[in-house]
This record gives sequence, C-alpha cells and structure tokens, in this order.
Amino acid sequence: MTQTQITTSQGTNQQSGETSKFIGLETQGVHAWFGKHHALSNVSLRFPERTVTGLIGPSGCGKSTFIRLLNRMHEFIPSAAMAGSVLLNGSDIYAPEEDPAMIRLKVGMVFQKPNPFPAMTIRENVLAGIRLAHLKRSNHDEIVEQCLTRAGLWKEVKDRLQASGGSLSGGQQQRLCIARSLAVEPQVLLMDEPCSALDPGSTLRIEETIKELAEKITVIIVTHNMQQASRVSDYCAFFLTDGGPGYLVEADATRKMFTNPTDSRTADYVQGKFG
Amino acid sequence: MTIVETPEPRQMMVVYSRADRIFRRIVTGGALTSLLLLGFITAFLVMRSTETFREFGLDFITGSEWFSAGEDPLGGAVEGAVEEVDKSVFSIGPMIVGSLVVALIAMLIAVPLSIGGALYIEFYAPRSIYRVLVSLLDLAAAIPSLIFGLWGIQVFTAIGVRWATLLNDRLSFVPIFSVEFENFGRSPFVAGCVLAALVVPITTSVSREVYSRTPRDLIDTCFALGGSKWGAIRSVVMPYGKSGVIAGAMLGLGRALGETVAIYLMLNLVFRYSFEILDSAGGNVASMIALKFGEATDKEISALIASGLVLFIITLIVNMIASSIVARTTPRA
Repeated sequence: MTQTQITTSQGTNQQSGETSKFIGLETQGVHAWFGKHHALSNVSLRFPERTVTGLIGPSGCGKSTFIRLLNRMHEFIPSAAMAGSVLLNGSDIYAPEEDPAMIRLKVGMVFQKPNPFPAMTIRENVLAGIRLAHLKRSNHDEIVEQCLTRAGLWKEVKDRLQASGGSLSGGQQQRLCIARSLAVEPQVLLMDEPCSALDPGSTLRIEETIKELAEKITVIIVTHNMQQASRVSDYCAFFLTDGGPGYLVEADATRKMFTNPTDSRTADYVQGKFG
Repeated sequence: MTIVETPEPRQMMVVYSRADRIFRRIVTGGALTSLLLLGFITAFLVMRSTETFREFGLDFITGSEWFSAGEDPLGGAVEGAVEEVDKSVFSIGPMIVGSLVVALIAMLIAVPLSIGGALYIEFYAPRSIYRVLVSLLDLAAAIPSLIFGLWGIQVFTAIGVRWATLLNDRLSFVPIFSVEFENFGRSPFVAGCVLAALVVPITTSVSREVYSRTPRDLIDTCFALGGSKWGAIRSVVMPYGKSGVIAGAMLGLGRALGETVAIYLMLNLVFRYSFEILDSAGGNVASMIALKFGEATDKEISALIASGLVLFIITLIVNMIASSIVARTTPRA
C-alpha cells in the first residue's frame, strides 16, 4: 500500500480516547466501476488537512473518477459502483446514515470548465450554495466579500456584484466558481483540472489562490500540467493504467516525486517522456 | 523619403464549384417556394376579404352578429325579393374572444402539466422506461386532433362536466365561474380541457428537449454545493430551459388557436360575447369557418375568408410576442 505517510501532528494527536483517527481525507482500498468496466483499482491515499495534493497521470487513468468518489459525485453516473472506503476525519462518507448532500457541503468541487450559473449575478452566484443547501446565514454581504477575497476576485468585481456571472473573463469566472464553493465552508476542495480552459496568466492567479486556500482547507487538484503540479502541490499522487483499471503508482511529497521518485515510471512521466 | 500609398482594397472573388452552384440553386429554390406560397396565401386572403372589410369595416371584428340573407341557389332572383336590400351582417367578435378564451384555458392547464411531465421524464423516470416515454410522447404529438375530439365527446365530457359542476358549486362568486343555466357540456371550459390534452404532448416534448440540454456540469455544481435534485432543477434546469419552454408553449398555443375539428366537436358556437367559461356557449374562429363554409353564399364566403385572415394575423401576433419573450429571457452565457 502506497501512502503519503507525512501526517501532520494534528492528524495523530486525537483526544477522543478511541484509536487515533486521521484528520483530513483518506481513502482505503478504493475501487470504481462503470457497469462491468473496472475503472479504478485499489487506491489508498491520505490527504492531510491544509495541504495541496496534485493527482497526476495520463488521460484515462481514473483521476477524475477518483476525485468524484471523494464527494460522492461518482454515483450520479448510472451503473457506477465503488468498493473500499473514503474517510473524512475518520468517518466513512459512504456509511448508510450519511447524507450525500451534507458530504458535498464538506467536500466541495470546482470543475474543469468555468461554469457560473448563467441566470444569476456575481453576488447570487457566490451565495448559490447557501440557498441550495438551505443554510441559515444572515451575513450575506460579509460572505460575498470574504469568499471573493479568498478567491482573489474581490477587487475586480466589488463594484459590479449585480453584473451577470457570464460577463466575466474565463479566469475570473473560474475564480468566481471557487468563491462559490468556498461560501458553504468546505473542509476539502476538489479541483478537476481547474486551469485547463484558461490562459497562462489566469492559471497563475488560480494557482496563487490555491496556495492561499491551503492555509485553511485541504485541496486536491487533478492536473495534466507537470509544472502546475510542482508549483502548487505539497504532495503528488501518480496514477497509471496498463489498459485495465487505473491504479496508483506512487504518492509522496511533491519535491521527492519530481526529483527522486521510487518508481521509474513516475520519473519518466514527470519528465514528460510519456503521457 | 518614400511615401507609402494606402492601396485600394482588393475585390475578393469567389468561384463556386459546379456542385456548389447546383446545390445553391436547389436550396434557394426551396426557400423561395415556401416564401412565395406564404405570399400567395396572404394575397389570396387579403384579396378575397376586401369586400367584407369594405362593407363592415372594424365592425367585422368587434360586432357580434352573423346573418346571411341568403341567395337563390339557382342564381335567379328570389321571388318577391328582387328589390330588397341585402340584410346580411357578418362580424366575428365573439369568435375571436372565444378562440382566445379556449386557448388560454388550454394553456393554463397544459403548461404546468407539460413542465411537470418533462421534468419527470428527464430527471425522475427510471432509465428503463425513459426511451419508451420519449417515443410515446412523440407518438401522442402526432395523433390527429379529430381523435381528441371524439375522445372528448365520448369520454371526457362526463368528467369535464363533473369538474365544471364542482367549480360552479364552490367558486360561482367569481364571475367567470357563474352560469345562467347549469348546462356545462360543450362549454369553453370542457373544450379547453380537451384542447389541453391535445397540446400537452407537443409542449412536453419541446420542454423535455430543452431541459435535457442543460449542461451536466451546472447540475453537478448544484450537487457539489450540497443542493438537492429539486434545488438543481429550480436554480439551474428551469432558468436554463425557460426560453425553450416558452417557445414550446407558444407552439402549443398556435395549435390551440388554430384548432378546428376538436373544437367543432366539443363546443357550442354562439354569436354572443360571453366570459362565463362554464356556460355551454363559446366561440372559435377556425371551427366557425368549418361549420359555415359548406352552405355559405358568395358574400358569406368572403366574410369567412376575412375571418381566416383575422385568425392568421392573431396567430402571427402571438408568435411575434412569443419570439420577443424568448429573445428577452434567453440567458447570455
């Protein structure tokens, strides 16, 4: 079992009296299927809190499938199935008593293509999650300013909060989407290639945002861009497929993955020899 | 020192290939033919109805009397009536109002049903019956309206009358639900219900189509924000599909306004303004034309063609309103 073993001190010193539980997100022996197609095999990974983990690997190796397993979005695809467990601060998010909607409040997601809600203003977009999840919040103005600030967008839009979300540039739209995810105060933010549709300048802005976010929350980002992985992530996990189900090759601190990986395939991939 | 002269813009010539030229002619011809047809129909309507409009003017639209003095079918003068002035009066006010009233009743019933049905098929129906439902819906949209009319008379009238009785019982203090005589069959309400059944398949089909084109990404985002399915439908699917649903409803409204046979079978046509929708008296331009055409005199035929022109213009206006609504409500991405 390959794991990122560098757990933070918060992760091990629990005073619950029970066996110490891992703080952050953890997967244990996770598999995924679409009908009979086995898409992902036996992935065990730990994402310590307040870190950024990059998921890298060639297309079709199950990274996106894996990330959608982490907030129970996987099950929206008809015939999708999974095995193993995903633990958030020690409790299984696939336990029968868990409400998937509550899980998704704790584990937010930003998608590949910037997708602000077209019929809503910038302000309404930020507050959309609060309305959708029926959260009781009275300080809407504060939330809008705070989330847009954390997403690095406040200064650019503070004078036009009533403008349509679609009136922003692509990079601004993606930061608006990040702000929208932050408004429901997630503990973990999943990002599925959040910069693949953006220009290099916007990409850098988002990367800065990601680093700032990691001061408070756990970020897991799928990326095809090796430079991006090395710039933003603390840890990296390398996925691969040999035609069969995707699997985890290795996971470690990003610096080690890029300079001295254990597996030769990792070295080849991060150096751009395939993929 | 060299002076750079700004050149004249060059002509850009395009030489189309033979295949391109032929195809171009075919599609241009097709487009022109349908435009010409529409033009000819309009010209025919206008030409044949001038006589009526010249004689009755605006009264034709606002008045509520239809009386044909009649002619000798053999063309000769009727005995003793040679010098008599033609007393024919033609006007279709109640028919226009009736068309709008029945269509409105139909839409009030059909649109909510269609939206609900479309959302069910697209987001709640089990995958195993999804295909079946979609094809059934398209099939239902192709059923001739005559069938709906027959079903209306034979089956639905009994049910519709029961509903009408209930409405009259409980809500007769509302003017439109009060009646003079408690005879609810062949009333605008019952006819409107049948018309709704006729319109539902087409509006549902169009609505389902636009709902199904909601970007999956946006729906997923709602879920990723802790939203429920209903939340996603309300904040993303319905706003996204709004203009399409309006377009579908207008398509249905067009059908409802022009519906002839079903109304002909379901409604008593009475030349009297009435807004009591449970009363067994109503109006409808298209059915009236069908009803009267067979035994019409020359002069009456001109009046019937004028009625057709009025219906044509009403439908045109409704469609223009519809497209301006659609244009205004389409979200800019």
